[in-house]
Amino acid sequence: MKNIRNFCIIAHIDHGKSTLADRLLEYTNTVTNREMQAQLLDNMDLERERGITIKSHAIQMDYILAGEKYTLNLIDTPGHVDFSYEVSRSIAACEGALLLIDASQGIEAQTISNLYLAINHDLIIIPVLNKIDLPGAMPEEVKDQIVDLIGCDRDEIIHASGKEGIGVPDILEAIVHRIPAPKGDPDAPLQALIFDSVFNSYRGIEVIFRIKNGSVRKGDKVKFMATGREYQADEIGTLRLQQQPKDVVECGDVGYLISGIKVAREVKVGDTFTHTNRPSTAMIRGFEEVKPMVFAGIYPVDTSEYEELREAMEKLQLNDASLVWEPETSAALGFGFRCGFLGMLHMEIIQERLEREFDMTVITTVPSVQFRVTTTRGENLKVSAPSEMPEPNFISVIEEPFINAQIISKSEYVGAIMTLCMEKRGMLKNQIYLTSDRVELQFSMPLAEVVFDFFDRLKTISRGYASLDYELTGYEASDMVKLDVMLNGDRVDALSAIVHRTKAYEWGKKLCEKLRELIPRQMFEIAIQAAIGQKIIARETVKAMRKDVLAKCYGGDISRKRKLLEKQKKGKKRMRQVGNVEIPQEAFMAVLKIS
Amino acid sequence: MIRELKLQRDYLPSDDLHTIYFGGGTPSLLSEKELAFLMDAIKKQFHLKPDAEITLEANPDDLTEDTLATLADQGINRLSIGIQTFHDPHLRFMNRLHTASEAEESVRRAQDAGITNISVDLIYAIPAENDDILLSDIEKALALGVEHISAYCLTVEPKTAFGNWTKTGKMAPIEDEFAARQFEVLISKLQEGGFEQYEISNFARNQKYSRHNSAYWQRRPYLGVGPSAHSYNGASRQYNVSNNAKYLESIKNRVLPITVEILSMEDQVNEYLLTGLRTKWGCRLELLQELSGGSFLMKTGEEIFRLNEIGWLHSRDGLLLLTEKGKLFADQVASRLFLEQTKKG
Repeated sequence: MKNIRNFCIIAHIDHGKSTLADRLLEYTNTVTNREMQAQLLDNMDLERERGITIKSHAIQMDYILAGEKYTLNLIDTPGHVDFSYEVSRSIAACEGALLLIDASQGIEAQTISNLYLAINHDLIIIPVLNKIDLPGAMPEEVKDQIVDLIGCDRDEIIHASGKEGIGVPDILEAIVHRIPAPKGDPDAPLQALIFDSVFNSYRGIEVIFRIKNGSVRKGDKVKFMATGREYQADEIGTLRLQQQPKDVVECGDVGYLISGIKVAREVKVGDTFTHTNRPSTAMIRGFEEVKPMVFAGIYPVDTSEYEELREAMEKLQLNDASLVWEPETSAALGFGFRCGFLGMLHMEIIQERLEREFDMTVITTVPSVQFRVTTTRGENLKVSAPSEMPEPNFISVIEEPFINAQIISKSEYVGAIMTLCMEKRGMLKNQIYLTSDRVELQFSMPLAEVVFDFFDRLKTISRGYASLDYELTGYEASDMVKLDVMLNGDRVDALSAIVHRTKAYEWGKKLCEKLRELIPRQMFEIAIQAAIGQKIIARETVKAMRKDVLAKCYGGDISRKRKLLEKQKKGKKRMRQVGNVEIPQEAFMAVLKIS
Repeated sequence: MIRELKLQRDYLPSDDLHTIYFGGGTPSLLSEKELAFLMDAIKKQFHLKPDAEITLEANPDDLTEDTLATLADQGINRLSIGIQTFHDPHLRFMNRLHTASEAEESVRRAQDAGITNISVDLIYAIPAENDDILLSDIEKALALGVEHISAYCLTVEPKTAFGNWTKTGKMAPIEDEFAARQFEVLISKLQEGGFEQYEISNFARNQKYSRHNSAYWQRRPYLGVGPSAHSYNGASRQYNVSNNAKYLESIKNRVLPITVEILSMEDQVNEYLLTGLRTKWGCRLELLQELSGGSFLMKTGEEIFRLNEIGWLHSRDGLLLLTEKGKLFADQVASRLFLEQTKKG
């Protein structure tokens, strides 16, 4: 156990985490060049394209220093705010962390919040200044930032370039020398922290764990303490480039467990497993049930594809335990699913995976957070969809979730960021200059404003410089209203949204305008109305079609013209009908772009 | 083309020819000899009925006295003259070679040469046109004493001069509102002048309908000869390659350069709706039922009811007919009643 080192890498997206990981694996001969696929640790296509790690993995390296052989477990962490709980569990599995900072970009919000998580878990931090080979590198300035942030000595900071392989031996030595060996009692009852799970379509769920106390042998009966379920350890081992089955995984080490679990939901990240016959009395601290933060409806574009969509959702849930859903019906969109996501990125990922892996085209409805509603009769309701909102006269109080948003940016964008956050009902809590041109801003903001078109705009106004992190702080009473859209008097449920009263008018007006552009002229005039309860707050009109007839139809035109009209008719079939109005699917997407 | 005529002689179910139409391009450019050859070949391969309608499409500037005499000699008994408008600036705008007065003279010359069954083409909804210009066009056409007028809304196709102009903003797009209003003006004025709108774009007086075109709309077989020509024999449509060189090469080798399309039950129903509804004869429900294997009314009954309710379609004496208002929406009505393909893709 004294030769084991467990560590993770804390870095902002694009600061070079995956490249540096590759170099460590190469240097320790864990992988050969030939085996090396660029950015090895990110093995989901989508992750590679987005440049982020969605699901964490771990990999083990052997490293010889001064004749002594060490086992290094690199635990990968997801790099996005939606997955902060998963990050915290990965951190809990480590004794140390490499703090990787891009020498040309400096410290970002995500890095800081993960760094604090690591410090809270008493991890030893090894600061690494990456990309020092780049012409834009500002090593001295960024070093100042690092010293300010963690209070280390300047000479503790290792210069590196993952791309050029600079600093790799220094980093490995520092891992051995600075990070302590795991502490734990090999003879105590088994306590293993589950910090990840991976879906394998042939072998079921692979549970990734770190042993805190005791050890586990192949064939042992184990119990997952949070769920209370019991399994047999059919296969255990350590994680090399390929899995390496073993008879025993010892105290302090990182490994995998296969026990015929089919569904990801049975495995809760943060859970502890122990032996059935000699159980530990306590779970490892820090377990939480992951709760969805953002809710939206997902519907097949083609109503006949409902069953296929259900199958796809079920398959997604096999390897994504954080995705929750239940069937939902919409008058406008037909049969679909109400889904809960960890955040907006998670929602986008699910949508993209449905499209790529299952070839499904879906319509997503306006995302919503979960509101707490107290009715005039004193009932407490949880409302995460406009359709669940009671009529205004039955509502006593609506509370909405608030967050503490932490934004780090170049100081020149502070004005624009303030304006954006104010517009999003944010309240400035704190403003700290990290350096002369880097500012950390803290806002108290409603989560509902952040899930909707915030991150993209933040990136746009700061030319990509600003980074965002947030944590839920609690619920506060807010003057929220349900805004409905009616077409010729018929309510279109899929276009409803819960918005703040001060924004309802603007929202209604923009939505009506957008719909007027997107709804084609039909046989009769169409009134587009936005309403709160019975009160109409905006109106637009789509005039009736004026003519639809081609001039000529002679012998040579008939076949071509028939095909043209058949094609148009087919296109029309994909529209949704509410009352007698036909709505193209783009109209449902348009709501997502109102800002 | 004479060679193709020979290759195609068995295409039509009957040898009897009721109409001939020289059109597509500028057949008025044919020399006397060429026209005589063609007529002889047709008469050799088919039985041309004595009362056949034989139409030739012509530009006004080609209709000299000599040409007209030749045409009459060869049996041409109907002319379709592409006048477009009597407003010179518009003629120039549309890149036409003739002037308004030449157009009027050409009609008179044709009448003097004994070809009195004349149709003229008019175009409306030309950008910058106002109702006065259209009214004056209609008056002039009426004053010429022609039997038939075809009136087309200007259509802007992509990849044409107008298309590019519209795209680059050089020409304003044609607003539906404007085109619809002009169409309404046109219909009412021609009706006042004694013309009957027997098809969306075709008006006749004294029942001088285009017998040839009416055949297209009433599912009668026809044979088209020449590059890009379309034919129909009741069960299939076919059309020749449009490239002249490929056409010539193929015909030289005695191979028809055709693409054949077999019409499914739904195709037949849909084509009948598409063409039939545009005419004053409408679509016979009995025939629609027959073509659809008895399923038409069951599948479209609800839609017929809706279209009737908004006043675009009505049914009378076993016919489905567009209302006056419905004529502006002929395509919409037809496609709403289209049957969906069950067999092919």
